[in-house]
This record gives sequence, C-alpha cells and structure tokens, in this order.
Amino acid sequence: MITATFEYVRAESVDDAVAKLAELGDEAKLLAGGHSLLPMMKLRLAFPAVLVDVRPLADLSYVRVDGESVAVGALTRHCDLVSSAVLRAEAPLLGAVAAHVGDPQIRHRGTIGGSLSHADPAADLPAAVLASDATLVVQGPGVRRQVAAADFFVGYFETAMAADEMLVEIRLPRTGATPWHYEKFTRRANDWAVVAVATVDTRVAIANMGSTPLRATATEEALAAGASVAEAASLAAEGTDPVEDMNADRAYRRHLARVLTRRALAATR
Amino acid sequence: MTTLGLPRGSILGTRVQRLEDPGFLTTGAVYTDDIVDDRLARAVRVTFVRSPLAHATVTSIDISAALAAEGCVGVVTAGDLTDIPSPAPAFAMYPEQMGLPLLASGTVRYVGEPVAAVLTDGRYDGEDIAELVEVGYDPLPAVVDPVLALTSETLLFPGAGTNVAYEMAPDPERDDIFSDCEVVATRTIVNQRVAVAPLEVRAAAAVWEEDGRLTTWIPNQGAQGTQSSVARLLGLDVSQVHVITPAVGGAFGAKFGADPEAALVGWIARRFGRPATWVETRSDNLVAMTHGRGQVQTVTIGGSRTGRVTAYRLDIVQDSGAYPRIGALLPTLTQLMAPGVYDIDNLQTSFRSVVTTTTPVGAYRGAGRPEATAAIERAMDLFAAEIGMDPADVRRLNLLPAFTEPFRSSTGAIYDSGNYPMALDTVLAAADYPSLRAEQASRRERGDVRQLGIGVSVYVEITGGGSEAGAPKENATVEVHPDGTASILTGTSPHGQGHETVWAMLVSNELGIEMDKITVRWGDTDLVLRGGGTGGSRSLQQGGAAVRQASLELVDLAKSRAAAQLEVSADDLVVDHGRAGLMVTGVPGSGVTFAALAAMEPLLVHTIFSAPGATYPFGAHVAVVEVDVETGKAELMRLIALDDAGVVVNPLIAEGQRHGGLAQGAAQALLEEVLYDEDGNPTTTTLAAYPFVSATELPSFELVTTETPTTYNPLGAKGIGEAGTIGSTPAVQSAVVDAVAHLGVRHVDMPTTSMRIWAAINAAAADKETTD
Amino acid sequence: MQVSITVNSVRRRDDVEPRMMLAHYLRDVCGLRATNIGCDTTSCGACTVTVDGESVKSCTVLAVQTDGGTVTTLEGLAASVGLGPDELHPVQAAFRAEHGLQCGFCTPGMVMAAVGLLAENPHPTEPEVREGLEGNLCRCTGYHNIVRAVLTAADAMGPGGDA
Repeated sequence: MITATFEYVRAESVDDAVAKLAELGDEAKLLAGGHSLLPMMKLRLAFPAVLVDVRPLADLSYVRVDGESVAVGALTRHCDLVSSAVLRAEAPLLGAVAAHVGDPQIRHRGTIGGSLSHADPAADLPAAVLASDATLVVQGPGVRRQVAAADFFVGYFETAMAADEMLVEIRLPRTGATPWHYEKFTRRANDWAVVAVATVDTRVAIANMGSTPLRATATEEALAAGASVAEAASLAAEGTDPVEDMNADRAYRRHLARVLTRRALAATR
Repeated sequence: MTTLGLPRGSILGTRVQRLEDPGFLTTGAVYTDDIVDDRLARAVRVTFVRSPLAHATVTSIDISAALAAEGCVGVVTAGDLTDIPSPAPAFAMYPEQMGLPLLASGTVRYVGEPVAAVLTDGRYDGEDIAELVEVGYDPLPAVVDPVLALTSETLLFPGAGTNVAYEMAPDPERDDIFSDCEVVATRTIVNQRVAVAPLEVRAAAAVWEEDGRLTTWIPNQGAQGTQSSVARLLGLDVSQVHVITPAVGGAFGAKFGADPEAALVGWIARRFGRPATWVETRSDNLVAMTHGRGQVQTVTIGGSRTGRVTAYRLDIVQDSGAYPRIGALLPTLTQLMAPGVYDIDNLQTSFRSVVTTTTPVGAYRGAGRPEATAAIERAMDLFAAEIGMDPADVRRLNLLPAFTEPFRSSTGAIYDSGNYPMALDTVLAAADYPSLRAEQASRRERGDVRQLGIGVSVYVEITGGGSEAGAPKENATVEVHPDGTASILTGTSPHGQGHETVWAMLVSNELGIEMDKITVRWGDTDLVLRGGGTGGSRSLQQGGAAVRQASLELVDLAKSRAAAQLEVSADDLVVDHGRAGLMVTGVPGSGVTFAALAAMEPLLVHTIFSAPGATYPFGAHVAVVEVDVETGKAELMRLIALDDAGVVVNPLIAEGQRHGGLAQGAAQALLEEVLYDEDGNPTTTTLAAYPFVSATELPSFELVTTETPTTYNPLGAKGIGEAGTIGSTPAVQSAVVDAVAHLGVRHVDMPTTSMRIWAAINAAAADKETTD
Repeated sequence: MQVSITVNSVRRRDDVEPRMMLAHYLRDVCGLRATNIGCDTTSCGACTVTVDGESVKSCTVLAVQTDGGTVTTLEGLAASVGLGPDELHPVQAAFRAEHGLQCGFCTPGMVMAAVGLLAENPHPTEPEVREGLEGNLCRCTGYHNIVRAVLTAADAMGPGGDA
C-alpha cells in the first residue's frame, strides 16, 4: 500500500519544527521513526499534507543524569533505551519496557517521543512513564512547558500537546534500586498489550484499560492503607473503561487487569 | 518398521541440500512482481475497487472523476465485460445461479469483492485514483453465520431459491446407529475459517502477443489448470492462453487455477492493447484470496463403557463464502475420511455447503481432511472423558490393526497400507507419555497456576487422489544433451517443495549424471502441455515417480541404440554411473556415454506414470501445552510428531514439509481465525490484526520418522505436504482442553484463545456450583 | 526530492517522490528485487534490510529518510563482508545447510533480520533467536529450520561474531 501524497520537510531544529507546526496547523505531522504514523498513512487512515521530519535532530537522542532526574531525549530510539546503562542504573523500568515494543526492526526506528505522542493506550511506553511518575517536556513556539505524565494522555491517540507543540524530553525520577516490574499480556510476543501493568514501588499504571493509560488508583490507595497485594490487586479494574475487541471483552480485560496487577505487585516486592 | 525401498549407497534417501537455494539466497527468486521482461514494458498497473459492504445492490458506478485524473488509463466495470461468458458456477454440481463474476454486476456479496478495475501508468497512482471511483450501494442484509444461512430468508442468489450450494443427505437407514450404545456423546464444534496468507500475495502480468495469444504470468500451483481456468473465465480456447509460472511465494492450496482478478488482467491487456500487471496488497489479500476451513461440525459418538466405539455420526455445515468455489466441495473429502484410523462399524455422514456474505472458501493445506481428523479426534476425547478412560487407551482400543493389503474403509476409501497401532505406541514412547501424565498429576495435585495438558491424535489422510477423469497420473520428460547435461520437464509445480533438487536426485540416481548438470523446468504451458500441478501432497508419488520412470525408459532407449552401435546385446549393457553412460556388464569404461548417444540423435523420453489410486499416509502426534489457569493463556511447549509417508527420498526436504505443516496446524489450534462482525465486516484485514503464527509461539518440533512403503509407486512414497497440519491441529487442541479438564472443561473451540479458555474454566466452575 | 544513498556499497543519487518507501526505492529505482513486500503494516518483515548496519523494515521507512545512509540488501550481503560473487555469507550458507527456506519469499528479509540479530547478539540462545525473529513471518518452514540456521550461523561466525 502507498500513502497519499504529502510534502516532506526536514526540521533544522526544535524551534524550526515547532515554527513549521505553528505555520501549518493541523495539516502537518511530525515524523520521527514513523512506525506508528506511516502504517496509518499507508492504510489511508491518516492524511497529513506535510510531514516535518525531526529524525535528523540527533541532539534529541540522549539518556543522561540531570540532577535528581534522568533526562531522555524524545528522539531516543527504543533500542537505545534498552541498551542504556544509565537507565539500567537509575530508572530501570523504562529500558525494560522498551524491550517489549514491537520487534527488533521497529525498535531500531521507533522513538520514545514518537510513541508517547502517538498516545496509543495499548502501547508500552505510555504506561511506563506513567508508572515512573515522569515529567514530559513540551516545546511550543517560544514556550517550553512541563507536563506530568498523568496529565499528558487525555484520550485515544490524544495528548495534552497543542498542534504546534513537540515533545522534546522525558524526565524520570531517579529511582535506582526501587523495585519495579512490567507484566504484559499479549496474544503473540510482538503484539500490542491486551492488558499490561507497570509498577514502580507502589505506583501502578495499566495499559489498554481505557482511552489512556491509567493509574490503578484504588489499588494504590489500598496498598497505602496497608492492604495485602491480593486485596489491593482485586481493585485494579476499578474506574476503568476498557474496550472490547477480538482479544478480550470487558469482563476478561478487567479480570486480566486484576491478575496482572497482583503478579506485578508480587514481583515488585 | 523401516523398510527402505531405495538402493543402498544411492543418493536417494540422503539429505541433499537444495539446488534452488543459491539463487534464492543471493539475488532472491523472481516472483511475479519481480519480472523484468521486454514484453511487459509500458504495462498498465491494475488496482481493484472493492466492495466495502457485505451485501448490497450496486445502484450506480461513477467513474468520471477517476477517468479525469492524471495518470488514469482507464476504468473497467462489469458493464464493459460484454465479450466474455456469463459467470458460471465453479463446479457443475452447484446451482447455475451461483456463478463467480470477474467484477460484481448488480449485487456485491462480500466485503472485498471486486467491483471495478482502475488502470494507471504508475505504481503510485492506482490507490489514489481507485478512491475516485464512486459506487452507489443499497445495502442488503448480511448473512455471516453458515448455520443461520441454511434457513435464512435472505438469499444471496434469490434465483437459486436456497443458500445451499451442495449437500449430501444422511442415509436415513443409519439414523438408529446409536441404539445399542451404552454411552453416547455429542457436541457441535467449529473448525474455524482461517486465512491462507502465503507470504507472496496474488499477482498477474499479461500481454497479448503478435501470434494472437495471451501470455500471462500468474503465481499458481499448476500452469495447465491455470491455463484452462483463464480460458474458461475469458471465453477463450485453451490454445489461446500461454501461462508462464514465475517463482511462487507460497500457495497452500489457494493458488490453483486462476482467480477472477488474474483472468481480468489478461482481458485488460487485450482491450487496452497494452501489457498489464497487478499485485494486490496484503489488505486486499486477506479479504479477497479464498479462505480455508470454515466448518461447523456436529459429532456424535457412541460405544461401550469399556471403551469400544461402535457408532459415529458427522454432520457438517460448510461455510462456502459468497460464491461456492472448491471449498463447497471439500466436505466430500471430510466425510470420506470421517472414521479416520478407527474401526467403527456404524457410520453416518452428511453435509450441507452454504453460501454466506463472506470471502469465498477454498482449499488450505489439508483441504477437507484436517477437518475430518479434528472431528473424530475431538469425538474420541469426548467419549474418553465420558467413560473416564485415558484418551490414548481409548484410541488404542479402537484402532484398525496393521495392514499391508489395501483396506476398504466404511466410507469407501481404499487405504493402501498402514500401521496405526505402531504409530501411536511409537509416538507415546517418544513423548514418554507416562512421565507427562505423572507431571500433570503432580501439577494438579499442587494446584499450579501453569497446568500441563497432553493431547494425542492419530490420523490417516488421503494424498495424490485422482480426478473424475480417472486414476492419478503425472507425466515427465527427461532428455540428455550432447554436452552431458540433462533436463527434466515435469507436470508438477514446485513452490517451495524442492522439486528441482529431488527430481534431479531421481535422474542422477538412474543415469549417473551429476545433479548440478540437471535442470528442471515446469509451469510453462508451451513447454509442458499437461500436468496436474502440485497440491494434495501428490508431487513425489506421481510426478517424482514419472521422472524416475522416464529415466529408466531413457536407459532402455539408450541401450537399444548403444547395442546396435557397439554390436552387443542390449541385455549385456548396464548403466555406468561413474561415466554417465552404458557399459558392457563387468567391463567398466567399455561402453558409450549418454552424451555421446545424444550427439547422434536426440535422447529423450516422455512418459506418463499412472498410479492405481491415492495413498494414505498416517501418523500420530503428541502435543504438550501449558495453560495459565488464571489468564487462560495456552503455550505450546512440545510437539512430538510421527509422520509415516512411506519411503523418504530427501529427509531434509521431507522434514521441512512436516515442520511447516505442524506450524500451520498448531496455529489453527491456538491462534488464527478470520473474523467478521455481524454486518459482515471483516476485522482481521491486516497482518497486525490477523494473528499469523510467529517464531515466538512455537517450540522446535520433535520428529519421529517411520517408513511404511506403499506399493502404489515404485518409490514407495506417499504424500507428506499436508500431514503435519492434519495431525497437529487436534493434538494441540486436545492438549489445551486436557490442561483444564480437571476443572471440568470438556471442550474449547479453536482457536483456543486465552479468553475462550478463561471463559470455559468459568463456565465449568459455574456448572459445578449448580450441580453441587 | 534528491536523495543520496549508498546501496550495497554503491553511492547513488536519485530523485524520489517523498512518499516513496525505501522498499520501493530498492526494488523499482535500484532494481534490487530480492527485497520483498508482504504486508502493509510493518508486520511480516519480508522487506527487512539493514540501514547503517541495523535491521529495519524498508516498507515503513521513507527513501527520503534514508538520505545519507548506507543500505545493505540480500544482494549485497556477501560482498559487505568481503566475499566474492559466488560465495555465501555464513548466514546464507546456514540457511541452505539447514533448509531454512522453502518458497523463498520471506528469505531475503529473514536473512537480513538474522544478520541484524547476530550483529547485536553473536551467540544467541534458541529463545533469543525466536524473539529476535519475532518481526519476521514465514508460512512454509514453521521457523524450525530458520532457528537452526541462525544458531548454525552463529557458531560458524566464531566468537566475535565476525563473518
């Protein structure tokens, strides 16, 4: 299949990319690895008139310690997250979760910024940044702002970013040896999650249980109140509104959320 | 148990690496989309506009915007096809109204049905311009469920007065076959619709040449069948169609003959006076290439409490899709193989093939026989569960004894040779069945989250069947050239099965010509006038046998010529394998080479090998799965497969055939299913949605090989292409059910998805609660 | 749009439409047709080539995004490690020896995915090979002999993973 026609421009810098977005509005889309966007364009589910390629902005690919945070450049590829020694030492969940994204070829191209901006509720990395209590740094025309991961995902494939904003950095608290876990349930190894649960300490984030990745608030509160893992996990589907598809109806997804949360919490201890 | 019919020290029976591979591994094979040919210069590219609705009246087609678009060469709709025959049914036994049109005319009957063809100069214009064709539709009710289609008021072909395309009624005299049974179990089970999904999608290229003939390149499983299909669909004489077979990237039963789109490409080439090419997309392929399987089976099994099965009934509703193609015919094979390996006195079979507003159903690896094995094996498990006996023991108790003379089954199949008890006992030993059962017992005892399931299947299948035209046969031509090389023409049509290698082995073995000096050609209807192609696991036992026969006849021909030349009796000449020629018995170097004889006069033989009938390979499989009883997820841990297809000529290749079959069988049991919503919209239209089995879902396979030869061909070989699929599907499904049997589960339909397993566990628990 | 791409050691300059995928560029512009296209959704891996030494699915990479890059396809694999025209790269040789291909359609992508896998993990275990090939589909082999081939190639390529 072939995408509809579009104009292709390369961004010279983040400011240049943002300026182009501001100028073109809804007509334009940022292109990074392209592994979410291009298949949708080939299936003619997306028709941007202009693609602004930010992939050449090599200075947005990094993982480094920055004070009390780990800073991850938005154009850092999944494979670079997986192999990052800094992440392994300082915020190990993210690299481990990145290893679950797609397949090796996809991990060679796809970027964390692209995945988070795409905001697929079934994707791995959104749940990981949510569980990590990350802060997302967003650049607009002349303005840089920080958005908590909990506020970033607002709906199906929808983020808190305006059309002229670009995700430039992900800042994760340095959690070091804090226990963490990722429990992903799939049909085949390289599929999107039917349901997945990411934990860091007592924070629990769940993928594909609604229009955005969700914090399992009821579970977290129960844990804080001294409930057992089993008791707390039994509340994991509270407040969720999962989709039904060929892999799972609502009841089964809710069941999976409870089982996977229990397993994730047990492994986190 | 191993009786090799091959001479010791021969190349036959050895693991010869494929001659095909160096090319495949360096420059890649040349598939239809890869062809570079002067005749195809300036070809128009064809893109099909397909129905987005499952069932509708086509009220209008506006092609003006498309025609006006830059790069558009033309648009074809059904109204343009005035010079071709009106659509006829794929087989004469179907109602005459159920013909398959090249382009939908008046009514569309499935999502993906071709409605118009857009012709463009460039590859990139087709999809853009196809979007400009505006088709008006007036929706009609969809009929998705084949059981409901039987009685639906909505008829796909109102003129036919029924949705049933073909049927075989049950014999009423056998209605009471269960009257003497102490135990009877019955259940309706689904043998789900799956996508064939060869890695290479469908394609065609065509040009009308100056000699007035259509030359067309179509990926296929038999050029001669494709030639007659194209001729029939376009109303041409067979002599007007020249089919060339490029490399074929997988077929699995779905590339026999010619699909409407491929034939239409030939029509376009004539009408527009330009060569034409077509390569579909995967999204098109998943809705418009025929699907496989698609049966709803009701099995009833009865017998004694001591485990003897005495009666079996199989009723089939076959989903034929929107237009009955070969799929509607396949239940005939399912009912033929219904009793399988078992000695069951009383049998009743019946089927109804029904049209639905879905993609037409065709053949898929095994084609009718996996469905038979799945049914009887599920029935055996249900029966075993009912009487509380080990499923392996129930099977052993009911297997036919070993036989070496042809045996007539209760459905009229003539099994050539078989030893089913040996197969079952050998595979159980290889799997260490008692240890598996012990491990299962301790996991159950402990209440482990990951429970163990063990599935056993025993199968017999039919390969290399004949046609209505008579006994199975195939032709071959072998020629030795003056330069010492040899060439083979075969009526088979390899697309991964390694005939270039194995046919060369057969000739080399008889003539002493080195394999790398032997070329094999097929699939060009100007070169090979007749042939049955490759399918139904027929190639080696008939095509290979023909090649060997041609080689032997060529030796005889050479002897008669050499005898005159050397002034000796032909009886005194033997093949001198070291020199690729003939020598006087006991006097090496005394004779003449085949090449020297060929230099004097062409040295070639064309022959036809004819078999007395189909052969019946058999085997037994053991599958071991782990099921996570909390999530319902099943994981295949081991698959131990004994497949006995008689004498094996190249174990490397035969094992590869088995591996592929095992994977496809396991995939049907665990993962794969084509799905539609209630409005007939397909929901598995990409390989992201359709769960095509990948390397991470499969273990390495454990093969056990026995060789029980057939006497139906001199090689002693039966077919091996489909066996793996036939045995593995029920073994894996049984293993899944077995893993949760202690929780009260008796059956889980395929694919045994985690949600289904979880639901089955819940339902069993609820039943138990009610009963308690 | 002008691109400059080194394909199998040959530096090329071509004018391409922005929407042209690398797979189509290789096949239609460069005439390198070993690389196949088997799906629309980055699922099957038949189009796998290496770009700057890493495996990618060329049906989901724009040719314009490969500007300045170095691409190796199946056709250039043996030469990329200094082998002659009649020689097989160890991965190619292992696919033949282990009968890791049947119809051949997935093979160019499968071989290049395996090359990419071994570049990153020269001595994978069987589960690592299966996971490493999770993005490449094959309908013929059941993956059994493909997995064997990759393990065999890893052995043949020696401790450092050199070809």
